[in-house]
Amino acid sequence: MSPLRCAVYAVLSTCAAAAPALAQQATLARNLAATCANCHGTNGNARANMKPLAGVPAADTVAAMADFKTGSQPATIMHQIAKGYSDEQIRLIADHFAAQKPSGK
Amino acid sequence: MKRMSSVTRGISRRRLLAGGSALGGLAALSLAGCAGGPSGTSGASGTSSASIGRVVVIGGGFGGATAARYLRLWGGNVDVTLIERNPDFVSCPISNLVIGGFKTIGDVTRSYDGLRAVGAQIVQGDVVAIDAGARKVRLAGGTEYGYDRLVLSPGIDFMWEQVGGLQAAVDSGAIVHSWKAGAQTLALRRQLESMPDGGVFALSIPKAPYRCPPGPYERACVVAAYLAQAKPRSKVLVLDANPEITSKKGLFEKAFKEHYAGILEYRPNAELKEVGRQAGALLAKLEFEDVKADVLNVVPPQRAGDIARSAGLVNINDRWVGVDWLTMQAQAAPGIHVLGDATFSAPLMPKSGHMANQHAKVAAAAIIAQLRGDAVNPTPVVMNTCYSFVSASDAVHVASVHQYDAAEKTFKTVPGSGGVSSAARRTEGRIALAWAENTWADTLAL
Repeated sequence: MSPLRCAVYAVLSTCAAAAPALAQQATLARNLAATCANCHGTNGNARANMKPLAGVPAADTVAAMADFKTGSQPATIMHQIAKGYSDEQIRLIADHFAAQKPSGK
Repeated sequence: MKRMSSVTRGISRRRLLAGGSALGGLAALSLAGCAGGPSGTSGASGTSSASIGRVVVIGGGFGGATAARYLRLWGGNVDVTLIERNPDFVSCPISNLVIGGFKTIGDVTRSYDGLRAVGAQIVQGDVVAIDAGARKVRLAGGTEYGYDRLVLSPGIDFMWEQVGGLQAAVDSGAIVHSWKAGAQTLALRRQLESMPDGGVFALSIPKAPYRCPPGPYERACVVAAYLAQAKPRSKVLVLDANPEITSKKGLFEKAFKEHYAGILEYRPNAELKEVGRQAGALLAKLEFEDVKADVLNVVPPQRAGDIARSAGLVNINDRWVGVDWLTMQAQAAPGIHVLGDATFSAPLMPKSGHMANQHAKVAAAAIIAQLRGDAVNPTPVVMNTCYSFVSASDAVHVASVHQYDAAEKTFKTVPGSGGVSSAARRTEGRIALAWAENTWADTLAL
């Protein structure tokens, strides 16, 4: 195999491997975010004065969860729940909600 | 009319399937695709492409309804039929406030129209048999539904044989359980309204595990709140088979002492053996004494819903369905996903509506992956939040997060996470009602 063909092959195979991996990450993010729906609504569209998460920039959700974890943000319950998720899981959840359209309900 | 048409569709599909069964799974899939086509559902998604499979969901409580909703939301082109015996969804969470007179039954009742609108077929009926080999279920009327994957969310049924005379007393209406919301909720409310001032309300709690661990203590509180205001000479007697309060112990002890000291008496290790009558009063027969009551509310010992037993899925302690937590499939029957209270709980996992909703999402994701030939998520997470009212307005919570542990093949709570309220608060009472609105909407696609 020529060096050029080798390089093209490497790029193509990386892309081919990356697409399913990305889809898997998106599915995992979707599944994780669904654990929040009981209070924050389906896909983050909350009702009854609960905090909506749909469309919230990922950095804001990540920062809020970090503050709940450390206790610097006072809460009735979120300090207990935040500690149940890894930072990587919180990042995935935040990305998922950031990509959701607020329903305006 | 809607109900009739969905039943008719089910029958015609069964006939088509029966006729084409020799063609095998491929025929079943393409026919299911037809059923989901122009003459079928009104869902926005899933009508443009052939169905990837047929899922029958038995039970329209928190588990089954959420499974139907999320199979449509995430799967799109999954053909979903939900079979439920009641015409409407009546929520157990918040129903204690109906018993206390602080909410109406309408406040905790929701329709299945949201699920219909997202393309699930809702069939009102009672499933009497599951044929796992032939992959079909049969209703009391004889109608059959074929499936590729079955979701069973049967809730609990009662172990009547554990308490002498109880089934007959409940059948006659003399004693109510009110541990399934609906007619039983209203029946207990009526009994409390008819009880004379100075009467005794006794509440029997079975040994754990049972549905909704804090539920009985919440009920004791809200009934005491009602009686203190409306019939202040009355008494609430809590007869607990357990050695101590099984959930939110410190918070309930505080509420009992601070709000209901004069009216509520809590007795641990008070297991109910038999019920009877004496001179017009109801009798709760314990091991060493008989207790008289004007209203006797018995939460009976529980096991997985009867349909799980008759289908041969109960494999733990002759009571519960053991499941593979990655997919929620019954250990006894791959291809049948069992959710909610009927399952043998993972460590520290409560039997709650919230948890059944979370089980359903694990199952929906796994079923869609299986139907598409994708890998099942190896790292599922579920969490639980449970609010209990200690008065008409103030509530307390318990929360937990459960991550899948691959080595032990079960869900385990994350060390340092979860916990209970620091104190009962009005704020948490408002959040409890907001939790209910969001959870009902998430479960029923409202």
